[in-house]
Amino acid sequence: MVEVVVFAVAGAACLVGAVGVVLSRNPVHAALMLVMTLFGIAVLFVALQAHFIAAVQVIVYAGAIVVLFLFVIMLLGVDRAAELSLGALPAQRWTAAAFGLGGAAVLVWLVAAVDRIFKGAHSYELERAGIVVTEADAPATSYATDVSAIARSLFSDYVYAFELTSLLLIVAVIGTVILARRSYGADGRRAGQHGGESAPAESGATPQKARQ
Amino acid sequence: MTGDPLFADGVDWGDIGIVGIKVLVAFAALLVATMFMIWFERKLISDMQHRIGPNVAGPWGLLQAFADGVKFFFKEDLRPANADPLVFRLAPYISAVTAFVAFAIVPIGGVFTDTPGRSGTVTLFGKETILQVADPPVGILLLLAMSSVAVYGVMLAGWSSGSKYPLIGSVRASAQAISYEAALGMSVVAVVITAGTLSTHEIVRAQAGGVNEWLLITTGFVPFFVFLISATAELNRPPFDLVEAEQELVGGFHTEYSSIRFALFFLAEFMNVITMSAIMVTLFFGGTAGPVFFGWTWLWPTVWFLAKVFAFLFVFVWFRATLPRLRYDQLMSLGWKVLIPVMLFWLMFLGLRQLVIDQGWSPLQEVVVVLGVSAAGLALGWTLLAAALRAAKRNTDSEGLDDHDPEDLMPVGASPDDAGPGGES
Repeated sequence: MVEVVVFAVAGAACLVGAVGVVLSRNPVHAALMLVMTLFGIAVLFVALQAHFIAAVQVIVYAGAIVVLFLFVIMLLGVDRAAELSLGALPAQRWTAAAFGLGGAAVLVWLVAAVDRIFKGAHSYELERAGIVVTEADAPATSYATDVSAIARSLFSDYVYAFELTSLLLIVAVIGTVILARRSYGADGRRAGQHGGESAPAESGATPQKARQ
Repeated sequence: MTGDPLFADGVDWGDIGIVGIKVLVAFAALLVATMFMIWFERKLISDMQHRIGPNVAGPWGLLQAFADGVKFFFKEDLRPANADPLVFRLAPYISAVTAFVAFAIVPIGGVFTDTPGRSGTVTLFGKETILQVADPPVGILLLLAMSSVAVYGVMLAGWSSGSKYPLIGSVRASAQAISYEAALGMSVVAVVITAGTLSTHEIVRAQAGGVNEWLLITTGFVPFFVFLISATAELNRPPFDLVEAEQELVGGFHTEYSSIRFALFFLAEFMNVITMSAIMVTLFFGGTAGPVFFGWTWLWPTVWFLAKVFAFLFVFVWFRATLPRLRYDQLMSLGWKVLIPVMLFWLMFLGLRQLVIDQGWSPLQEVVVVLGVSAAGLALGWTLLAAALRAAKRNTDSEGLDDHDPEDLMPVGASPDDAGPGGES
């Protein structure tokens, strides 16, 4: 009963947020709707006993990534009535519709397949099929286990994938810095050295200019 | 045994009632504490500046904050014509709610022991429970989640006001909060590595063996100082209060707010000071640990906890009275070039020590591994950092891209005498 209510509320929040992201005319409102969706997903994670993932969801996605989105929106000063309808690619609508329908079909197929597996099989059959069923019925002892389980699989089975992903992120960061610096250097503008922070850096630098 | 023993045998209506009482008591206590914190700060700072401070409303001006609150309720609630109506109303609530929620994970009482089995519990209405609103499995991560959500309050307030000073204030605030969250998170990681748990209840219990087991000492002081500095920055308290630098930004992100919405921001700010002090006590100073003398044994831990929190509140006010405000580039270089590298090195050191403990190596191996690898890592990291700083300095010198003073690329501590924009002109 409680699970159903939690799922209904969190799922509704996710859906309303997702629709809101698409429909909001104002980019800041769209970003806030995205936060609502992320919170709904975090609640669903908690309902699934994946507490650590829920916390990370809030800290990383809601706390860092969307804040960065908002930061960029505010710094660029996107107007509230920004017209987003210009320059649609030819056949963009049809392609988007085709991909959307295809994605929905795959999703439905996936849900149906998973449903069939879990309805048709007892736990020993799942075990024989290689799916390990852990003691999900002992919430009192599973407090730290989702953290240590994640750590164990990240640093054993998926260690190469994990390290390669972090390498990819570093390459992306360095690439961004180089691209940003080059574009500032080429037209010789006197801009803040750190592209994204130009407004605070300039306001912070005012007293220095006065001193020099 | 982790988690609240209240829920060990299922949940009934009595359990829900107890949780409701805990929430109400924590809410009310935090509100009252915030009111007295405002009075305390004003009174103490007056004393440090040889003034009298509030002395009219009530004995020693004790009711000043209450009187201010009543006044806020009856003031006109202004909303600028340019403001985004919905977001403008939403922002103060985000600030206030996150300030309340973060306090829920602080254990405020209970006698903790380091023996196996339950400890730190009290009996309420015949049911054994812990004296904290919640002990979620993610524990201290809730603090990080709430402090990252709290950024929205400040950011949206500044943006939705439709005015330039709040916007500059909120951009500053969010950049500052994001920068210092990294150092804050890493010092929390140091605590989690050493205590071996995320739960605040268990963290307090890991420190129950006496002062030499407090995480302040077992993590080696550095994480505490990094936490203190980053917490001050997260709270936008002086000397990191560029967000509301009066000389530059009028009131910062809340310039356009008035009446009860302003009061909510004010409340959230002071409540966050109390929460951060309580978190510091929990993480580094043994939480409720302290000698139990006589009489009511359940009362002493709460007394010790409150005394320690009070000491930190004093420290925050002391900071405000003593330290001049940093410049924005100093703030950024302190965060990114000092605190984060120091904390990264310290995490490596603590990780090595934990590895040695887990593997059960001999003392000789321990010294060789911990000191050898730490020294190698320190040398490598220091060389890379120095090279990066030199390259950055060379670039700025040759390209003339930036008019920053070259010495600003050095750590802030190296040149403390040029802090504060006020003294320069």
